Amino acid sequence: MLALLICIVVILGLVIALAYAERKVAAFIQDRLGPTEVGPYGMFQAIMDVLKLLQKEDIVPATADKNLFRIAPIIIFAAVLAGFAVVPVSPDIISSGAEVGIFFLLSIVSLDVIGLLMAGWGSNNKYAVLGAMRSVGQIVSYEIPAGLAILSAVMICQSLNLQEISFQQGILLHHFAGLENEKNYLFGLKALNVDVTAVGGITTWNIIRMPFLLVSFVIYYIASLAECNRAPFDIPEAESELVAGFHVEYSGFRFAALFLAEYTLMVLVCLVATILFLGSWNTPLPNMGPLKLATWTTGTPGTIVATSWGFFWLMSKVSILLLSQIWLRWTYPRMRVDQLMQLCWKILIPVSLGMVLLAGVWRLLMI
Amino acid sequence: MKKNSISIERNKGFWTAVHSLWSGLMLSLRHIKKATKRREQMYVSDPDYFTQKEGLVTLKYPYETIPVPDNGRYRLHNEMDDCIVCDLCAKICPVNCIEIESIKATEEIGITSDGTKKRLYAPKFDIDMAKCCYCGLCTTVCPTDCLTMTKVYDFPEVDIKNMIYHFTDLTPEQAREKQELFKKQQAAKAK
Repeated sequence: MLALLICIVVILGLVIALAYAERKVAAFIQDRLGPTEVGPYGMFQAIMDVLKLLQKEDIVPATADKNLFRIAPIIIFAAVLAGFAVVPVSPDIISSGAEVGIFFLLSIVSLDVIGLLMAGWGSNNKYAVLGAMRSVGQIVSYEIPAGLAILSAVMICQSLNLQEISFQQGILLHHFAGLENEKNYLFGLKALNVDVTAVGGITTWNIIRMPFLLVSFVIYYIASLAECNRAPFDIPEAESELVAGFHVEYSGFRFAALFLAEYTLMVLVCLVATILFLGSWNTPLPNMGPLKLATWTTGTPGTIVATSWGFFWLMSKVSILLLSQIWLRWTYPRMRVDQLMQLCWKILIPVSLGMVLLAGVWRLLMI
Repeated sequence: MKKNSISIERNKGFWTAVHSLWSGLMLSLRHIKKATKRREQMYVSDPDYFTQKEGLVTLKYPYETIPVPDNGRYRLHNEMDDCIVCDLCAKICPVNCIEIESIKATEEIGITSDGTKKRLYAPKFDIDMAKCCYCGLCTTVCPTDCLTMTKVYDFPEVDIKNMIYHFTDLTPEQAREKQELFKKQQAAKAK
């Protein structure tokens, strides 16, 4: 229960910061100022927006399917929030060390789709239904390349446990039960015979252990943008033709919950990308001769220092990914539905299938 | 057959697409980098006005403003001392935002700055700025040029009633007194 509270507080803080960052970055890209009024540089604007949404009237349309309409935002947010249960934050902090970590995460986040359909259908509004249909079609399609990209990373790591995957990508390899006799070779290739187990840093990240995972990472990143309904894949919102999509009828706290779920999902997919491809909570700095950068910026597991370093590195990587998502949103125009599906089915899925094959072959070279 | 050269070329290849996506990102990054700069507030006649091409362009309006031209035509002002209460402005107003009542004076009550004699009191001279469409017709018909448009353009009010501007220089008591005086004079003449 305490973990849930801490999780919600951290996520809320992160989401509020993200909403503020989004508005400021958007403004700067478009040569505007962004929020300036509330607090220094408008920093409290996002908090004020939350307060405003909370005290707004909770409107349920007269002819809506009231139960579906009321429950939908809760299901959407709960589904996304449940995904955080298996996310490791540092060598010592993890809400649940479930062995099926990433599998659980993918399946529970898929519940989101049910919530979206409930919201769209329950609103009894054709625009909401259209928005929900687009959103669901898009999410279901893009879960395939995302899942395959994740699969290729999982095949390299031979584990579904997110904490085990994290330990594999750093100098703390031997601290995880079951990995005591493992070794990390440069590019994962035993044939090269360059042992980087003690070097750590970026050399043991998954995208270096198996360099082609960079392709998988890009595929996952694109697919995750679509799963969050983020631009350039924000056709469920399409304000020019659909008027805000499936949440057009929502107001007040329920709208806030939907908005929160979208931003929380952004954070979650960035966390997953970081954990699977970018070394999780491990430092990017390698040990180089007398410069024990990796050791210095990791700390001894079990201490506060190690926890803080882990949290710091994870959050830095996630923040960079989040910023890149915002950057993309305000750069690229929205894609059409057919372009969206073409990209998914004709390009991303074949390439990610190839990546799964390549990952299998690479894994054979690693042992 | 050669393709129509005007049509947009499609399927030019993977690397072209990557290149154009990348250059788009770099374009928006350049704008983020320039976010430390801001346009200065300056009037369009300033020689440097068109040289500020970079940085943020938003004006924090109530705190920063671009100067208004000296002959800007916004809020109406009536110089009551010069007004001869001729009612022309109220008649020409296309939106009927000016309301005037008049009381005849018993004698000549003054001279406007251009030498016209004033013979009427105005117990009521109201302009409803909320209705005003800023066409300026009232100022062109005004014979004594007492009704002018000023360069004040920022005058919002919380209560819309405050948008009605009262220009009269008579209190209701004074107006009643003048009315009585005029009636007495008429009565005296009739005898």
